[in-house]
Amino acid sequence: MQVGLFITCLTDTFYPRVGAAVVAVLRHFGCTVRFPPEQTCCGQPAYNNGLTDEARILIERLADIFEPDERVVCPSASCTAMVKRHGPGLFAPGGEARRRAETLAGKIFDFNTFLFDVLGAELDSPAALRPGAQATLHYPCHCRGLITAATATDRARGVVGEALVPLERADQCCGFGGAFAMEFQEISDAMLADKLACLEESGADLLICDESGCRMNIEGGLHRRGRPVRVAHTAELVAEALDLPLPEVS
Amino acid sequence: MNGPETFRARARAALADGRLRRAVLEATIERERKRRTACAELPDAEALRELARRIRDHTLDHLDGYLASLIDSFRRLGVQVHLASTAEEANAAVVEIARQHDCRRAVKSKSMLSEELELNEALGEAAIDVTETDLGEFLLQLDDDRPSHLTCPAVHKDVASCADTFRRKLGAPYAEDPEALVRIARATMRDVFRRADLAITGANFAIAESGTIVLVMNEGNGRFCVLKPKVHVALMGIEKIVPTLKDAAVLLKLLGKSATAQRLSVETHFLTGPKQNDERDGPEHMHVVIVDSGRSAMLGGTYREALRCIRCGACLNVCPVYRSIGGHAYGGVYPGPIGKLLSGLLEAGSGGDAATLPHASSLCGACLEVCPVQIDIPDLLISMRADQASRRDHRPKKTRLIRAAMLAMRSEGRYRLAQRLLRFALRLRAEDGWVRGSPTLTAGWTKAQRDLPAAPAKSFRDLWREDRI
Repeated sequence: MQVGLFITCLTDTFYPRVGAAVVAVLRHFGCTVRFPPEQTCCGQPAYNNGLTDEARILIERLADIFEPDERVVCPSASCTAMVKRHGPGLFAPGGEARRRAETLAGKIFDFNTFLFDVLGAELDSPAALRPGAQATLHYPCHCRGLITAATATDRARGVVGEALVPLERADQCCGFGGAFAMEFQEISDAMLADKLACLEESGADLLICDESGCRMNIEGGLHRRGRPVRVAHTAELVAEALDLPLPEVS
Repeated sequence: MNGPETFRARARAALADGRLRRAVLEATIERERKRRTACAELPDAEALRELARRIRDHTLDHLDGYLASLIDSFRRLGVQVHLASTAEEANAAVVEIARQHDCRRAVKSKSMLSEELELNEALGEAAIDVTETDLGEFLLQLDDDRPSHLTCPAVHKDVASCADTFRRKLGAPYAEDPEALVRIARATMRDVFRRADLAITGANFAIAESGTIVLVMNEGNGRFCVLKPKVHVALMGIEKIVPTLKDAAVLLKLLGKSATAQRLSVETHFLTGPKQNDERDGPEHMHVVIVDSGRSAMLGGTYREALRCIRCGACLNVCPVYRSIGGHAYGGVYPGPIGKLLSGLLEAGSGGDAATLPHASSLCGACLEVCPVQIDIPDLLISMRADQASRRDHRPKKTRLIRAAMLAMRSEGRYRLAQRLLRFALRLRAEDGWVRGSPTLTAGWTKAQRDLPAAPAKSFRDLWREDRI
């Protein structure tokens, strides 16, 4: 299957290894991946903050860029949700722009859904974690409407096997929320502290998180506290399980 | 309103109050857990939510007609109807009713609308003594405090502070034991009920076809309120109408589960008119005050669906922001996610700084997921932000920054330039790949207990261009 990769600005800038893993896994399962370099942002910061004109321009831009692609895959839950759930509504019904936004919305998938639902991928063996390791799953808020928490958990179990342990309040926001994290950083800080307390209680030393915004927040909180918990995207774990080579990033 | 004037300052104060935070976090987590379990009992919870939403929307679509038919039903029963477009008019109507019947001692069951109207203050000014009879509200009245939750008004207080209030205000022995506290409240309240001559209640629903006021309660106080005094005044917002008893049954089912994880509340009163000649109990006179106070203005606009709200409080219990700061920080009568909307839309009870509230959300969507009438609160908060952005009179700095960033995103070249500049700045400040300090650029991030990753030397697009992927 031919797919376009929508990398998103955070993953592009901060987590290139996640992007590399997405590409490696997609290729492993028989996809041809195109990365159109003109792509920038889905307009989510604009949309979330009420700048609908700006968001509309960026969605239109994205619809043009990915026009040639059969499917579009995105490693971020929130950017996928922006394009899929909010994109079409920015345009008047019946118009050409609306139709194009709907086409893009129909063919874009978050990596997780694409891999397991569209491609129907199955792993022969779970990711090779070190013996005794425990993994848990943070359910990013923007998965709401894309994948249920139960489905996300089942898929995570498919990836890490019996190492998966439950996370209390797994579907509670980690406190990121884009500009919110900085605008109301004290509230954001309290939400993050609660997330990290739940994580500590879970006993996990690996957190699966398919959203770069949450990851930046949670990883940042873990690093500040000196806690050695690894945060990883499903794509990275699948690539590791399949022993696919990934470039070194530093 | 008491306390600091800005949301930010109130939130900061709440975050520093460990006792408050523990009480709110524990109670909300427990309530949400029970709600989930209760809703899992339903054969098809989603279908029921959808039906409830349709009932509410249908009613709002034909509100003028249903209002007329409700008023007709009331009048047929001998209920006196008072229409109030503002809080002042509503309060004046209640005071006038009390004067007309020569009432001096009112008992009240829990009503958020009365909080919105600041009715107790108005009654006090008219020298009418009023006692809150819901246990939580009773405690708060003793403490000169106000509710911080829609269905659990004293959620911000723990048992110790309740015991302390009873000791100080009622001279009761200090007892950190909920049962003992309830016994003290009951003993105090029995006497109040005996002497009361006016009952004031809200209305969870008002059934248009029959003129029935539906009251949902759990403590037995409602029965005393509506049985003993000779005059009953029920307050209702214009949006509380349901067309038929059948519709009310659907909403009651969801209200019980969403609010308190009950199949039905302990007491559910269906009050249809004052005492009739062949009846033994009930008030001789029944009045209903139907309040607008900003509601009809919401009907025709973007925020109409907020009028679907049945005040169950489920969105508060699940909200990570509410769980962190509690209800008082919001400043208005209605806290939590739904309060962020209502505070900016209703005429009364908004508190200070309502314009900040729509921004104080990570838009996580947990509220929409639990709302029994499917109010898309995150979407409406975004609409409020959009309204403000289009007026350009609020939060110009954030809006300016995002607008500039989005302008850069319109071209690949500018995006790459911005990416390089950001990477350069972060890597300059970083040690071992992390920015810990607080240079201006990242202060909003690192003043919280979190570090910021320095971007790797190569972005994904760099690696792709170099053929390394």
